[in-house]
Amino acid sequence: MSHAEVERVLHYPMTPDAPLEPPAEWAKLRQECPVARVTLPSGDEATLLTRYEDVKQVLADPRFTRQLTADDAARISDSDTGVFSSEMASVIPDSGEGHLRWRRLVGRWFTAKRMAALRPGIEAMAEQLIDDMVERGQPADLKASLGFPLPVYVICDLLGVPAADRDRFAYWSDTLLNLTRYTQADMDAALGEFVQYMAAHVAAKRAEPGEDLLSELAKSADEGGLTDAELIATGMGLLVAGHETTANMIGKMISMLLADRSRWERLLADPSLVRPAVEEALRFDANSGFGLPRYIPEEAEVAGTVLPRGTTVVCSMAAANRDESVFDGADEMDLGRSPNPHLAFGSGAHSCMGQALARTELQVVLEVLLRKLPTLDLAVPAQELRRVDGLVVGGLSEVPVRW
Amino acid sequence: MKVRVDEDKCCGAGQCVLLAPEVFDQREDDGIVILLDAEPPEHVHATVREAAAVCPAAAIELSEGA
Repeated sequence: MSHAEVERVLHYPMTPDAPLEPPAEWAKLRQECPVARVTLPSGDEATLLTRYEDVKQVLADPRFTRQLTADDAARISDSDTGVFSSEMASVIPDSGEGHLRWRRLVGRWFTAKRMAALRPGIEAMAEQLIDDMVERGQPADLKASLGFPLPVYVICDLLGVPAADRDRFAYWSDTLLNLTRYTQADMDAALGEFVQYMAAHVAAKRAEPGEDLLSELAKSADEGGLTDAELIATGMGLLVAGHETTANMIGKMISMLLADRSRWERLLADPSLVRPAVEEALRFDANSGFGLPRYIPEEAEVAGTVLPRGTTVVCSMAAANRDESVFDGADEMDLGRSPNPHLAFGSGAHSCMGQALARTELQVVLEVLLRKLPTLDLAVPAQELRRVDGLVVGGLSEVPVRW
Repeated sequence: MKVRVDEDKCCGAGQCVLLAPEVFDQREDDGIVILLDAEPPEHVHATVREAAAVCPAAAIELSEGA
């Protein structure tokens, strides 16, 4: 990259040439400009990190906070009620003892053992959804038929909220995850409705506890655990995080595996590769979304560059996951890759709490699809898949398949 | 192989339990790691190494050889 090019303002996120490919800029940035100045959709400036070591270090470093509501923090989008900067985001303790307490109270619900216990239910649900899809006939949209509803049913069940309300959740999530798609008025209205909905739900669980996560958390709240505001924010956060990310990932994973059908055939021949294949799909996903923003209230150094206090740093885990210095053949999808220390779920104390759930859902979907629809294929050329634009979470708008 | 875990670092992601349930578990009340076997048998060494490599909190330490 020439000096002039480095000085040219880079707009983030960048757009790739093809729906499943990374933007060409990532490789250049990793090699030549690992600490890059970028302009966000809001027009504010931030510092973009694309190397594995830097992203991993910053995500695990408590000096890089999640206080995106600070006066001099960069705004992600034009609106200020998004998932990273809303009141909701700041209710849940960001660091220290408070965060640890919250994390452990909620984290106990997402242990590997609990997720393993959910597996048979998730499997039955996946089978039912696939049967329904087959009955409606081909071609079908795998995202609408399976990718979206499955995680929604699972998280609704876990939280004890009715899955029948899923269309409203989907809209509320999209507005919270907005980059450029919705107006401030849309977002304010949706956030208001969502808070009201969850507050009513928490109140109902207090009055008549069930066996779900929110009922249990409400009980522990009475013992000095979480405040009502924390409970409501936790419910909203889990609902958004619990479906949007995995819903999109199912569609992207299957698309990546079918885009080069030899990958699908390799899995048919050796289903024991399902586990590492899911990890590799998580690593290889070049469309995972915005990444994670952090804010430094004090000066800090990354990769030999001093960042002044007040800097907003954006960690691109997807770019870091393609770092050749860590992953041999980083631009190849290797279904047997092991170990695969990708950063798709972040790193350190804030790494994704729902990762065991996400892994379980992705593994089950893949197992059931391989078993029930071995002839599955994309119904359009991979180049014609369309990305969802304008949201913090990346996805494909449809995944047309036949079998 | 000797395994050590750092409960303070652990973020409860559960990767180790998914990979090597013979060696790792999580506490019921907060999801923090429990080490079941500090000197696991050879046939699980590969998965234990993988668990240490992918732990998002770098909370698993191995000493090999001895």
